[in-house]
Amino acid sequence: MKLHEYQSKFLFRDFGIPIPEGVVATTADEVQQIAAELGGVVVIKAQVHVGGRGKAGGVKVAKNAEDARACAEEILGMDIKGLRVEKVLVDPGADIEREIYLAITNDRGAGRPLIMTSMDGGMDIEALNRERPDAITREHIDPILGLQGFQVTYIASAMGMPRALWRQFGSILRGLYRCYIQSDAELAEINPLVITGEGNLLAVDGKVIIDDNALFRQPELTAERDASDELESERQAREAGITYIKLDGQIGCMVNGAGLAMTTMDMTKLYGDTDGIGPANFLDIGGGATPEQVATALRIILSDSNVKCVLFNIFGGITRCDEVANGILTAYNEVKPDVPMVIRLQGTNAPAGNRIISEARIPNIMSAETLTDAAKMAVAAVKEGA
Amino acid sequence: MSILIDRSSKVLVQGITGRQGGFHAKLMMEYGTDVVGGVTPGKGGEWFEGKPVFDTMRKAVETTNADVSLVTVPARFAADAMMEAADAGVRLVICLTEHIPVSDMMRVVRYCAQKGTRLIGPNCPGVMTPGQAKVGIIPAMVAVPGNVGVVSKSGTLTYEVGFAMKNAGIGNSTIVGIGGDPVIGTTFVEVLEMFENDPETEKVALLGEIGGSAEIVAAEYIKNAMTKPVAAFIAGRSAPPGKRMGHAGAIVDGGEGSAEEKIQALEAAGARVAANPEEIPGLLS
Repeated sequence: MKLHEYQSKFLFRDFGIPIPEGVVATTADEVQQIAAELGGVVVIKAQVHVGGRGKAGGVKVAKNAEDARACAEEILGMDIKGLRVEKVLVDPGADIEREIYLAITNDRGAGRPLIMTSMDGGMDIEALNRERPDAITREHIDPILGLQGFQVTYIASAMGMPRALWRQFGSILRGLYRCYIQSDAELAEINPLVITGEGNLLAVDGKVIIDDNALFRQPELTAERDASDELESERQAREAGITYIKLDGQIGCMVNGAGLAMTTMDMTKLYGDTDGIGPANFLDIGGGATPEQVATALRIILSDSNVKCVLFNIFGGITRCDEVANGILTAYNEVKPDVPMVIRLQGTNAPAGNRIISEARIPNIMSAETLTDAAKMAVAAVKEGA
Repeated sequence: MSILIDRSSKVLVQGITGRQGGFHAKLMMEYGTDVVGGVTPGKGGEWFEGKPVFDTMRKAVETTNADVSLVTVPARFAADAMMEAADAGVRLVICLTEHIPVSDMMRVVRYCAQKGTRLIGPNCPGVMTPGQAKVGIIPAMVAVPGNVGVVSKSGTLTYEVGFAMKNAGIGNSTIVGIGGDPVIGTTFVEVLEMFENDPETEKVALLGEIGGSAEIVAAEYIKNAMTKPVAAFIAGRSAPPGKRMGHAGAIVDGGEGSAEEKIQALEAAGARVAANPEEIPGLLS
């Protein structure tokens, strides 16, 4: 779960990290008032879950309260990569001497937290990593011991942090590590952490991503979820315990298991790509594949008007294919899809399952033996319907 | 021969009195696995299908001499259960549980390493040595004994490929599901190394997916150290960047972990990579 910049920075503040004294607003009136109270130059920043908001015009500097109001009128309601800006953060302008990068993330390969920092912050860290990897100081943390004092000193020294700022930097680094651990973050990033004209450190921008699997023990952060970037169909699926991701092809896929679901998508593209045909979605129905779940999944798939064919690929292990076949027929009668369906059942009781499908004699339903056949039939069905 | 488990493995099931744990413990016993008991805190002294249930792993291991534990408990208790198993001194812990927080897994993986316990998973279908034993949920019907080792990040895709091999007359030495989470106990390379050293295994099938770099590291190992032929499939060629495809680890991030780069690395290492998993038996014969 992504946190907005303001949520990330307010969280940092709880861990003793200095941030600009900004306030969140949803109307131009509020922005004007906040800017007047802050006084001087302010920065108005769109709070949306997309990268590149600065380039899209979602961040503006205002000289005074009236100017701030004008900027807010431009930014609020603006569309940035398909998302409407509903909130802005109004921060006092900072006197920036230098921009630093500081982040803690899960290094999946190493199985440890990784601290990455650079005196050359402000820019895109992936670009910096490509162009000048030596400009980034990296330090792994033992997940059982946590961040140690000698590591803080090593990092400050190796990155070239001015000595006068070591104490401040150490406090921020320890705070960020505590924040990362206690919030179950996958990423806790300050970019930039700035050295101000007065020689202080200040976290001017921040990004925190919380591990979805840990939300059960993060009730306060969960309450801050802003799901406005989630599609309605994806939300319905999430609430039904189905993993669904909308894509832009024509073949709706319903599969049990994430790896097999991706594979099924791949097969539709393998055989359909030359005709511009591919998967309409990723959908993992999970272990059970009960009639209710199949019906819910089918409705979600069909809510996408691009879908011209539905491909079922179920490998029955513990799940029995005859039960799945009955589930599909029940769901079919309930949902009455008007697009053809290709059904491929394999594994436990597959022959019985396929018999149930073929005996139902539904003109819209085709049965396939192998995944290859199923994918080819689905592609052909889309071509015929076009 | 086989790797990780065989008919002599003595297995405990943590969470044996739960719905999932009990269901799969029974199927494992029917398959011939030597399930010697189970652990459910607060239910010590009860019996499950004629096997003793214990309150703690220490007591269970002391009493049964089990060397393998299967963790089937819910996500919020799973990290503790894995560490309890490692602390009790079992050789191998296999964890089926999905949705375990990554920060928990980082501590568990480190703890198991310190204790010298091998961990498989989490979020995996387990391990099966066909004809001898299975620890986990891999269906009995997907494989027969043979000489192809399988290592995979995914569950049903593994069944699919195992079943296709079986239909083509190819059997398996051991099938290992390592799981699709970002932080896991045992990586592709470690399992490849076990297969390389296993006299019973002649060829290996590797089933990977997008996300992370484990397949790239595996390709390095294949290139530098493997003498046995490897056939591979990478799921997620059609997945767009930035979208998490079900498995917590299956995401193409910042241009890293794409199917193309993994396929290229594996092919450069001499592995035969299938565009379609149903081609795998053909690549192995």
